[in-house]
Amino acid sequence: MSVTEHETLPESPDIVIDPSGAEPAAEVFSLADLNVYYADNRAVADVNLSVKEREITAFIGPSGCGKSTVLRCFNRMNDLIPIARVEGSVRYHGVDLYAPEVDPVAVRRRIGMVFQKPNPFPKSIFDNVAYGPRVGGMKGNIEEIVESSLQRAGLWDEVKDRLDESALGMSGGQQQRLCIARAIAVNPDVLLMDEPCSALDPIATGRIEELMKEIQNDYTIVIVTHNMQQAARVSDRTAFFTAELDDSGNRRGRLVEFDETSTIFSNPADERTEAYVTGRFG
Amino acid sequence: MRGEVFDPTSLNKQPGADRSGQVFYFLIALAVAAAFVMVGAVVWDVLQGSWDIASSRLWSFLTNSFLSNPDEAGVAQGIRGSLIIAVIVMATFPIGIGAAIYLEEYAQDNLLTRLIQVTVRNLAGVPSIVYGLLGLAVFVQSLEGLTGGDSVISGALTLAILVLPIVIITAAEAIRAVPASYRDGAYGLGATQWEAIRTQVLPAAMPGILTGTVLSIARALGEAAPLLVVGAAGFYTTGNEDFLQQMQGAFTALPMNIATFTKEPAAIWRGHAAAASLVLLVLVFLINLVAIVGRARIAKRLGR
Repeated sequence: MSVTEHETLPESPDIVIDPSGAEPAAEVFSLADLNVYYADNRAVADVNLSVKEREITAFIGPSGCGKSTVLRCFNRMNDLIPIARVEGSVRYHGVDLYAPEVDPVAVRRRIGMVFQKPNPFPKSIFDNVAYGPRVGGMKGNIEEIVESSLQRAGLWDEVKDRLDESALGMSGGQQQRLCIARAIAVNPDVLLMDEPCSALDPIATGRIEELMKEIQNDYTIVIVTHNMQQAARVSDRTAFFTAELDDSGNRRGRLVEFDETSTIFSNPADERTEAYVTGRFG
Repeated sequence: MRGEVFDPTSLNKQPGADRSGQVFYFLIALAVAAAFVMVGAVVWDVLQGSWDIASSRLWSFLTNSFLSNPDEAGVAQGIRGSLIIAVIVMATFPIGIGAAIYLEEYAQDNLLTRLIQVTVRNLAGVPSIVYGLLGLAVFVQSLEGLTGGDSVISGALTLAILVLPIVIITAAEAIRAVPASYRDGAYGLGATQWEAIRTQVLPAAMPGILTGTVLSIARALGEAAPLLVVGAAGFYTTGNEDFLQQMQGAFTALPMNIATFTKEPAAIWRGHAAAASLVLLVLVFLINLVAIVGRARIAKRLGR
């Protein structure tokens, strides 16, 4: 993170490094009473959870349960939707991300995002990966950053001979791994993944999941997925969201249960979770 | 169907099964043919009419002023005026593209913005002669000190305002058509709004924006009515004016030349009108060629 250290995020007083190392992983995000509104409609209600460092946290739940909306609070992508409003607190290493002095651009340089549909830019493979470092004014050798990012994303051997070809000519799975490489290239702290495999075939999905496990040692990952098996395979902790109808018939997302993945899938506390993970609902 | 004995011939093509589709296909093919015939007729008429001049004295026609002797008269003044108009109109394109960026990317979606959008659309439909009156009032009369009155500057600025709504509308449409995923991708990597616009939105929208500028240049160079109102001459006499005097002095443009040739009673001038039309067509084509090549290059770079 040395490169973006100078960004305008306020200093965090809350990071406590425990010298014994025996403490559980530090908290990267904590959500307290998070509510998200689209115009007057409360789309997500009263979410409380925390995301631990160097863990993969999965958000699962049926369509419209607000899991993507919550994910997009972590890097303030909801700012781009004019009618969206966020209440409650979203803390990143103790810093309130929605504090008035926080620059969303600086937030997004630390907290990268991979989207549902692979969205490479209509540029060359090289320029796609170099995009983030270039707009971020990153110093250093761009070629090295591109190569190491592509290597980390497991894509280097496939594309090293055609770095100047258009990224749009790649397969869907390659495009998504390119998007991961592109996100890694800005050296973020966190990777947010919004259903990254929903447009991919099982083989490409398997590669992305392997990749997530490989890079887990360096990044905190939050993944939204429709695929329960995926959550069970890759994640350390799982949050189960559900959608309920409010008084006027709009869907409102609620966090039902948040626990270690093994607990959610084998011994959930809430019967709605059990119904969902056993396939009786959703 | 179920329960009946399967008849293999029931899968055969039935004659007349898609009669209305065939009729529609015939009609649209006819429409395409009609369009080609009309364009062909125009080009043929212009080529045929200008053949005498184009084959015998093309160079003197391009380089001579408007002279009273039909064997010597040319359209150099008109070409010069039209080129100056093209340059000034193109210089105003950034204003139109900037307005489109503002409307699409920065403006809040409120009543005022919608009012502006509707107004711009309506302005694109205002008859050109009305813009001529606007140009007469604003550029020729109010701003006479700057423009020199009925000068090529006044004429070009009038035409620039005439085509500005077209530039804004086509650029805004092109910007709106840029997939949201490009913006998301840029923002997700920590781009600022301007960086996202400059590096993703504008390049992706550029082919569409260039299409609008192509249409606009063609429109501006072909208009005669507004120029008539702001006081373009059919021709003028030249002395030893310097650059500023030329820009602020009497001017003409190819459409004015064509109109003037056409109004001459003697039949010999018909060829001059056709030849001047040909020059105008070629000029517009050459200017558009630059934009079309640019558009193709950008599209190729974007990998489409």
